[in-house]
Amino acid sequence: MKKRLYLSLVTAAAMSVSGLVGQAYADITIGVTVSSTGNGAALGIPLKNSVELWPTEVGGEKLNVILLDDAGDPSIATTNARRFANDDKVDIMIGSALTPASIAVAGVAAETEIPHFTASPVPPNVYQGKWTFVLPQDAGLIADTLFAKMQADGVKTFGYIGFSDSYGDLWVNQFKAIGAKYGLEMVAEERYARPDTSVSGQALKLIASRPDAIFVGASGTGAALPQATLRERGFTGPIYQTHGAATFDFIRIAGDAANNTVFASGPVMVPEHLADGADTKAEGLEYVTAYEAKFGEGTRTQFGAHIHDAMAILKKAIPLALEKAKPGTQEFRVALRDAIETGGPFPASQGVFEYSADDHLGLDERAVVLLTVEDGKFKLID
Amino acid sequence: MDLTIATFLVQDGLTNGAIYALLGLALVLVFSVTRVIFIPQGEFVAYGAMTLSFLDAGRFPPTASLLLCFGCLVFLLNLWDMRREFSVSGLARNALLNLALPAAIYLLAVTLASTQPGAMVKALLTILIIAPMGLYVYRIAYKPLADASVLVLLIVSVGVHLALMGLGLVFFGAEGLRAKALSSGMFMVGSFPVSAQSLWIYGATIAIIVGLYFFFEKTLLGKALRATAVNRVGARLVGVRTQLTGVTAFVLAATIGAVSGILIGPIATVYYDTGFLIGLKGFVAAIIGGLASFPVTAFAAIGVGIVEAFTSFYASSYKEVIVFGLIIPVLVWLSISTTVHEDE
Repeated sequence: MKKRLYLSLVTAAAMSVSGLVGQAYADITIGVTVSSTGNGAALGIPLKNSVELWPTEVGGEKLNVILLDDAGDPSIATTNARRFANDDKVDIMIGSALTPASIAVAGVAAETEIPHFTASPVPPNVYQGKWTFVLPQDAGLIADTLFAKMQADGVKTFGYIGFSDSYGDLWVNQFKAIGAKYGLEMVAEERYARPDTSVSGQALKLIASRPDAIFVGASGTGAALPQATLRERGFTGPIYQTHGAATFDFIRIAGDAANNTVFASGPVMVPEHLADGADTKAEGLEYVTAYEAKFGEGTRTQFGAHIHDAMAILKKAIPLALEKAKPGTQEFRVALRDAIETGGPFPASQGVFEYSADDHLGLDERAVVLLTVEDGKFKLID
Repeated sequence: MDLTIATFLVQDGLTNGAIYALLGLALVLVFSVTRVIFIPQGEFVAYGAMTLSFLDAGRFPPTASLLLCFGCLVFLLNLWDMRREFSVSGLARNALLNLALPAAIYLLAVTLASTQPGAMVKALLTILIIAPMGLYVYRIAYKPLADASVLVLLIVSVGVHLALMGLGLVFFGAEGLRAKALSSGMFMVGSFPVSAQSLWIYGATIAIIVGLYFFFEKTLLGKALRATAVNRVGARLVGVRTQLTGVTAFVLAATIGAVSGILIGPIATVYYDTGFLIGLKGFVAAIIGGLASFPVTAFAAIGVGIVEAFTSFYASSYKEVIVFGLIIPVLVWLSISTTVHEDE
């Protein structure tokens, strides 16, 4: 404990020194704001950890990283983003982990004309802007894959249970938009909150409506509660979970109840099982190996990988931009944005990014895999 | 809706209601004795549940280290208070209560954590770790302000709640944990399955309510607590040490919180911030009981649990709105029917 304290003091001192040096030489400055406390801590902490795995330089230029916590609060995220823009004169902004905070950062990025990566999904009017690029898979992409899988499994009717927040709404909206295409019918729609201690009422209602399958729109270990309750109440049909639920913590909490379940997921959860030629295998393995070496076996998450992917993109885009301008100038930021839009494809751990001026989502079907649980481990469905 | 579903819902409501009842009782207890609206009560629940989960996984519970830190802090605070009137016996008592006690519990946790003891031992160890926190939290946050207004004490409570929740995030991490049940298995009552864990919950709640009844009716300390609750100044005039009754109320509240955590840990995924919401539902019950009546609070808590179960069936999107909306008519009724008399 004491040793760690000293170590962190030394690191802090070293970082402040490197910060001073950084100002003098106009290195590449990256501002990162994530929610490492508060509501989004489960998402923000792996993001923060992943920043620690970044290289110290790219394209021969030193990286100067400023990492701030926004507690998932849009107003703090705005303050952080303003600080990045006005005081630190960053070349790139990254953040945040929750949608409302990310929208706030995107607003500042658009106004101050700084390239911005968001580690959470954002609504279309935000990613259609000029400066914001989206790292996570679009919900439409995930929904397409899951609904197609349901159709292939012979599911005609399903019951829905999801968070009583925007994440829960997202999947209902996706279903309303494209569900009919897959011949699916939603026979019950139930909601719960992550800290709820029981979802028995909702589970009973779902089972009483006799669906072929159940679709859960929840994330992290919060998605394990309906899963466990449904199995306890005797539902044996298939359960479909979104990519937010595909974590090792989910399996730990749900135990045997996690069987006969299909998860949509980014490929980073199982790079070991991907085919050798897969575009995401090399980056995925690199990230997962480095992360688990530092933070322990079985600690990988979907969320942390977005930070790795941002760096995978920057590693290729920064050298292109350096040919045109010096870091720290507005010309460099413009050049960097153009490089991100035109320099692809960028293979990364969660998919292959190919942005363009009209498309700031950049991912295709290579960014989604389907998983199931066998003997307490994730297994790829071919 | 058929009979089976209704019985399931009633059972679910009773189980949650019993937990809310425990929390509601603790809130009424602390408020009536110390005038503190004890928002951090929920944190003790989360701490209890997560400590038990750590012990289940054969890991050392970080709450034991936290207890040790709290103890040291209280020791130093007391030392500072003693700078004018130093006494050896005072120092010895200070060291014993605030250094030796947490150190002993810490060592016990170190020895027991890796040995995978039985469920009962783990539960008792959890209570042992959490209960003294009531004492320390009282000493650190509330004792210096014991005579402040209810509003100031409420603000302190919000601060303590945020601090304990933040510490929970640091110590337990952001992901949820789930403990193993005290005893697994199902019983058939008629043709209806009842889990052993819910029997534990009913049993523990009834035992605590009966225990509190005897404590208040039969013991001197309990009567002192009641006297403080009825009239603080009057109790002090007749020689009741209101500091002592305050400490007792907090330790009882922390113990009840730890027990609730042990009961709820195996049936729900508990996060570092889960306690607040559970505590608020106990608070709804305590408000219905006017923050004064134990029996009304207990019955109101069962009512809250059952309303919650049925709304989660019929209108799950509006569950919280309906549950928290329950207090509005009660508040209206209380403000019409009560005549305010200030004696503080």
